[in-house]
Amino acid sequence: MKDVEMKMLERAKALLESGEVARVVAWKKGDFYFDPSPAVFESVEELEKDFVYNWFCGANLSKYLIQIAKKEGKTAVFLKPCDSYSFNQLVKEHRIKRENIYVIAVECLAKLDVEKIKAQGVSSVVDVDIVDKKVTVTDLYGEKTVLNKPDVVLTKCSTCNKTHQIMDEEIVLHEKPARDVDRFAEVVKLENMTEDERFAYWRDQLSKCIRCNACRNVCPACSCVKCVFDNPASGIAAKANDDKFEEQLFHVIRAFHVAGRCTDCGECSRVCPQNIPLHLLNRKFIKDIDGFYGEYQAGETSEGKTPLTSYTEGDIEAKDVFNGEGK
Amino acid sequence: MQDVSTEKKEFVPNIVAFCYNWCSYAGADLAGSSRLTYPANVKIIRVPCSCRVNPMFVLKAFQQGADGVILCGCHPGDCHYVTGNYYTRRRMALLYSFLNYMGIEKERTRVEWVSAAEGAKFAAVMNDFVKTVADLGENKRLTDLRVKEGE
Repeated sequence: MKDVEMKMLERAKALLESGEVARVVAWKKGDFYFDPSPAVFESVEELEKDFVYNWFCGANLSKYLIQIAKKEGKTAVFLKPCDSYSFNQLVKEHRIKRENIYVIAVECLAKLDVEKIKAQGVSSVVDVDIVDKKVTVTDLYGEKTVLNKPDVVLTKCSTCNKTHQIMDEEIVLHEKPARDVDRFAEVVKLENMTEDERFAYWRDQLSKCIRCNACRNVCPACSCVKCVFDNPASGIAAKANDDKFEEQLFHVIRAFHVAGRCTDCGECSRVCPQNIPLHLLNRKFIKDIDGFYGEYQAGETSEGKTPLTSYTEGDIEAKDVFNGEGK
Repeated sequence: MQDVSTEKKEFVPNIVAFCYNWCSYAGADLAGSSRLTYPANVKIIRVPCSCRVNPMFVLKAFQQGADGVILCGCHPGDCHYVTGNYYTRRRMALLYSFLNYMGIEKERTRVEWVSAAEGAKFAAVMNDFVKTVADLGENKRLTDLRVKEGE
């Protein structure tokens, strides 16, 4: 990853110096090695001081472009494979203008989840080295621990087989190994439960929700200028509420709103402070859409109609949904 | 021990029916003028087109105490606005499947296509739906507790 980081920094500097772009959207060092955050760089000095790309750069940079790319001049952005789907989807919805943005596709190879590393008993990570599936983590005291990669990658990365969908240039030095996993396995597991079990499962999960709105704020598909949850007259309070259905309602509405537009980037689950598997809600919609109306991957292109804005005359009837015809 | 509340009250479900102005609402009218009976606990909400029904309307109805929600539209292909009900069909298929995924009983939600000439079908559908929901009992999973307590 260090060789990639060097190359990225080099390119970012060259682009800024030549005046080709006015700013670069990338990741910046946090207080610790494991908490880099998205940032805008406008000068070479800033880049040299703070630029970083490591195993913890899981954040999706696409959504930031909605605001940033409105500024004068061109904006360069680094996109991982999953981010490129969100980018396309935003172009499709006219939230960003393709011509204002210079896209540099960067390799990902799955990012790590610091919480999962902590759960394995390693804290204060200062360096990570990955060879195949062996993750060597160095902590603050110089102690090295070898972990199994599938145990510590972000949930969203563990089922990812995405490839870059859009680019002006690419920085890919290592080949991404294909994963042989079914991303719908967990959805199917839930579908096979009884209604009572499913209700109990989701009530347990969603009652953890503190309505911090992090899932909404990070979601590239949730980019309405005015959000229904910010409307005091909607009857759905924007912030913490003690009512049990309130949380469900919030998540049902949110999941429905991004149905057919969700690219399955998994940011919602990554940012959830309560570890609610929110991606399983969105994946249910993706699975249903695939099953009822044919395979559809949001963000694959920036053109065409979405499943909910199109129809065919022979579509499945709502009552047949439960007869196993669509599943 | 003697139980004072042995007298069992019959459960009367609250049903919300979204009816499309040009077909199902007229179908309900026909059912009425034909002297066909359907349960009085079906609350009909008239919408200009079945496509007008935002998924949030359905959720809101459940939240405010409905035990079942039925959506009546024109038969696909007969939409007064040409294509409205095709979109409804996709939307509701996904919504109902999703609600069931979250553990909401699938019998509580339904979509039926009822034309203006089908008064008998309207009455039959409503009778059947009310019976199904009544057998299922009160909707506890999707109600807002605040609404129930205030009653």
